[in-house]
Amino acid sequence: MDRTRPAHFGIGDTTRLSNFGVFAGIELRHSLLVATVFGLALVLSASFSALAMASPVEDRGRIVEFFEQRFPAIPLDDYVYGALIANPGGREQYEKIMEFPPFLGDLEGGKKIWETPFHNGRGFADCFSNRGHNVVGEYPYFDETLGKVVTFENAINACLRTNGERELAYGDREPMGLLTAYARTLSDGMRINIRVDTPAALAKYEAGKNLFFRRIGQLNAACAGCHLYNAGKIMRMEVISPALGQAAHWPIFRGGEELMTLQGRFRRCMEQMRAVPYGFDSEEWNNLEYFLTYLSNGLPLKSAVFRK
Amino acid sequence: MPTTAGTGSQRLRYAAVLIGLLSGVSRTQAVDVDIARGQRLAYDVYKGNCLACHQIPADRSAVSLADIGPPLLRIRERFPNRAALRSQLSDPTARNPQTVMPPFGKHKILTEEEIDLIIDYIYEY
Repeated sequence: MDRTRPAHFGIGDTTRLSNFGVFAGIELRHSLLVATVFGLALVLSASFSALAMASPVEDRGRIVEFFEQRFPAIPLDDYVYGALIANPGGREQYEKIMEFPPFLGDLEGGKKIWETPFHNGRGFADCFSNRGHNVVGEYPYFDETLGKVVTFENAINACLRTNGERELAYGDREPMGLLTAYARTLSDGMRINIRVDTPAALAKYEAGKNLFFRRIGQLNAACAGCHLYNAGKIMRMEVISPALGQAAHWPIFRGGEELMTLQGRFRRCMEQMRAVPYGFDSEEWNNLEYFLTYLSNGLPLKSAVFRK
Repeated sequence: MPTTAGTGSQRLRYAAVLIGLLSGVSRTQAVDVDIARGQRLAYDVYKGNCLACHQIPADRSAVSLADIGPPLLRIRERFPNRAALRSQLSDPTARNPQTVMPPFGKHKILTEEEIDLIIDYIYEY
């Protein structure tokens, strides 16, 4: 079954939004500057596309350059603030709320889970280097032995498994959501460092990138349509967050209360695109998380945060 | 107070409708009703959801700060050919393969009748 469309919806456009390798779409007509910069990239990619795909380093470079041109005044590190980079009033409000965030109790609950010993006396902290401090910035990573992308949530479950404990359901607010929310705060400020070193890793990265640019669902939308080409613009009343920095600030507590993980947001987005969402911990979403987190390489991880 | 003013203007509208009914201007009313239906479809997030991407500056009840698509104004001048506008709503990727505008007809987000009602509405502004 084609999971990218609602089950009742048999017809549709299978085309993709152009990615940065063939960046010739709407934007070029609007911006001479962008056209100049990307014109060269376009010629290069057209000549070399038969030989090789753009490397992750090149992808990220082009996307950073694209955002630098769109928001010249925004320092790179600020992209962890998401849509707030284009909403000074919202940013001010955010800073005030973050002085005493309403989700401290939730993080306290996550801390309790993190610190509760397993039956064998060991605990989560024993499964990670540095007892779980400054580790999350290296997730997800590609595991050569397993042949797949390993998310931080996967590592939590691997920890439980090796200690003879029951694994946790992915996507649940509790315990997985609260536990990882707290565990991520232990890596607050860590610079994201995602590696795509081998051909097998590159294949997963490319799969994630492919989903990011692919049109899906009844609305014929792609992640890139909003979070790249229209990032910083306003959809009805809200600023659209940029793909750059997007993976760096999870979980969010919407309205200060509703815990939402990155894959929870994938789910919400796909529903809004009127596509059948993939599942939590699906290979598709893990690969997408891999690609998206790679884009945020070098940015300081921010956890947990308030969002409206 | 906005609430009171709103109620007041509503009362005026009801009064206008009542006067309309009494004076028997049914043709105009039928058109108004259709435009109101088109307007509702244009606002509806599950239907046209035009305001997600477009502002409609001349329609004061269309609340949106959106700047993804161009503002919808003077549509009658920009799309004098109704069929061209209908096809733009039905499948905008035909004109621009890279557009983010959904193919409302092709993907059955709106029926042909609903597209026509939205065109009636948008032609007013």
